[in-house]
Amino acid sequence: MALTGIEIFKLLAKTNCKECGYPTCLAFAMALASGKAELDACPYVSEDVREKLAEASAPPIRPVKIGMKDQMKTIGGETVMFRHEKTFFNPTLIAGLLTTAMSDADVDAKIETFNKMQFERVGLNLRPEMFAIKDADGDAAKFAALVKKVMDKSDAAIMLMSDKAEVLKAGAEVAKERRPVLYAATADNADAMGALAKELDLPLVAKAKDYDALADLTSKLTGMGLKDLLLDCEHRSIKEAFQDQVVFRRAALVPKFRPFGFPTVTFPCEMTDDPMKETLYAATFIAKYGGIVVLSDLVPHTVFPLLLERLNIYTDPQKPMIVTQGIYPINNPDENSPIAITTNFALTYFIVSGEIEGSKVPTWLLIMDTEGLSVMTAWAAGKFVGDAVGMFVKKSGIEEKAKTRTLIIPGYAAAISGDLEEELPNWKILIGPREASHIPAFLKSL
Amino acid sequence: MAFEIPKQVYSGSIKTVTIGKGGKAITLGGETSYPFYVFEGKMPNLPRIAMEVWDVDPGEDWAEPAKEPFKDVLGDPVAWAKKCVNEYGADAIALILVSTDPNGQDASPEAAAATAKKVAEAIDVPLIVYGTSNVEKDAEVLPAVAEACQGMSISIGPVQDKNYKKIGAAALGYNHTVVANTPIDVNLAKQLNILLGQLGVKDSQILVDPTTGGLGYGLEYSYSVMERDRMAALTQEDEKLQLPIINNMANEVWKVKECKLSNAEAPELGDQAKRGILMEAVTAVSLLLAGSDLLIMRHPEAVKLVKSYIQEMAG
Repeated sequence: MALTGIEIFKLLAKTNCKECGYPTCLAFAMALASGKAELDACPYVSEDVREKLAEASAPPIRPVKIGMKDQMKTIGGETVMFRHEKTFFNPTLIAGLLTTAMSDADVDAKIETFNKMQFERVGLNLRPEMFAIKDADGDAAKFAALVKKVMDKSDAAIMLMSDKAEVLKAGAEVAKERRPVLYAATADNADAMGALAKELDLPLVAKAKDYDALADLTSKLTGMGLKDLLLDCEHRSIKEAFQDQVVFRRAALVPKFRPFGFPTVTFPCEMTDDPMKETLYAATFIAKYGGIVVLSDLVPHTVFPLLLERLNIYTDPQKPMIVTQGIYPINNPDENSPIAITTNFALTYFIVSGEIEGSKVPTWLLIMDTEGLSVMTAWAAGKFVGDAVGMFVKKSGIEEKAKTRTLIIPGYAAAISGDLEEELPNWKILIGPREASHIPAFLKSL
Repeated sequence: MAFEIPKQVYSGSIKTVTIGKGGKAITLGGETSYPFYVFEGKMPNLPRIAMEVWDVDPGEDWAEPAKEPFKDVLGDPVAWAKKCVNEYGADAIALILVSTDPNGQDASPEAAAATAKKVAEAIDVPLIVYGTSNVEKDAEVLPAVAEACQGMSISIGPVQDKNYKKIGAAALGYNHTVVANTPIDVNLAKQLNILLGQLGVKDSQILVDPTTGGLGYGLEYSYSVMERDRMAALTQEDEKLQLPIINNMANEVWKVKECKLSNAEAPELGDQAKRGILMEAVTAVSLLLAGSDLLIMRHPEAVKLVKSYIQEMAG
């Protein structure tokens, strides 16, 4: 557990010298506890105390940064076993496999598919973000050329895979600005791989066949001064690999077992030849603690369901999901199309817009900001009531887009229709169905 | 370095519920650890899959790839149910009485009960009968179903806090299992189980339906409620939550637009059939990991994938 400000204060010199920029040692301790200050700002802290504080303040699972072309991604850094206990912070990265045994045409096609695979959803861009590039024959020049192609033609984050340090080095030189992950150090090559990762300051995967050997390996690598490690326990059956994910997360969080305090990399691509099964394995690692999942091929119909699952699992349960207030045209409405209104709770929006889309009836959907509350809750809380809705409709700009002056309100908000008629005197208020599933029949009956 | 897996202490376990009768009856529950944590607990009864059958032809409501495997039996619930059992290996059948929807066909309780009886007689696997979640109508339909299927040990639901007395009493009277449904809330789930208990329904005749959100459409709410449910049951000895969980998931997955868009309409989403199957199977995997004991599924390919997944995870 992180130390409190008071606990940190007890370890400081208590001179109130102000050299750190804070008026007192206590203020400095408080700032340290909340992560606003760095311990290095205090010139009088002893080496002993420094170590104690560093140990206590380090996150239980190391957040590891990996670059895409224009942004940094983080994996690890998680603090709970179950998302409802707080939230999961850093979504599993989804990677596709490329190898030097693939033809140029194959590789080009895969990169092109990767670049196109971006799906818009409630203002979010859902996409896979990584390539795992694997050396098939130990040819460093060929490997470097493949890495260069990925660097030139995509913005992907990169994992470099080879059991030869010199091959990895050739790839890493080309990709170093994106901070690629190196795969992998084993007990046999730990010295060479560790030295390479240290020299280039890159994250390194530690790979071993069982827990004891893996703990030995990460301890050795941290002993060499490496901080950004990832774990791979080489199990390639789903039962064992699933266990590994649970064991690593639990060991890192509960007894704070440092040798496993790192994100994991998982390989559904090495677990089956069936792409459908592979997708279920990936789904398992997205729900249960995988840092990276490597798929044999990124195909939209396998990746899309995984992107949705990841969106769901990594949604912060502490915050309501909301969509932006405004006018949403569905099925290409024109000035004579009907106008419906509902709240900005994302689930409400998804379900209502989905049903309207399914009905194929061109419709204007107005989404009003109710701070993410659903229709009944928003009504009960006084946020979805006659005057507020009326005010919003007038200001929304819908009167310029449509000639129709009929407003469909949710069935559960039927009680506001009287007030709303007063607020919008030249509008007709129509009470829609209570359940979204009845929207298509309702719209078709207009 | 000698590493020992840090232990999770479990002070409770999930009770068992047996549905159906005869050789094909299935027992659900009995877990002594979190789902599939078989390195530290037991799953004596692996999660099962019921296949969904509608009592009407779904027509435009279903995506084409979901209809394709059943195209010769849609509209004939008896033939449909038999096909699921004989050809697709369904562990159970979930008959959804769509015809009774007051906003749709509004079929009579008697007609629906007659259909349920015919289906129950035609299959040897357990039958689960779902109404339309309309509180008033279900309170008429499900007791009629319970009576018509007397002695057949079926399961009926959704039983909600506003109609539990009527449906619960019918289940008690005719010795059926109830599916207790609450809107994604641990405390409400517990409360309904307590109310059913006060009515005289034994724990061995209650399945918990926590309400299931579709993939990309609220799945996370169901996921976390189920995890909290299992946490309370297994580590906090919350006896009234120590019951098997059923997820009525198929329609939630398949009704979304991404399952309905054809290859021509959405080439960027890949193959429609495979996408739908995987959306269903990925949803199933997520629910299994959160604690599901019985999934209501639709596409035979998704069923097959998930069955083999369950075996691999726990076998």
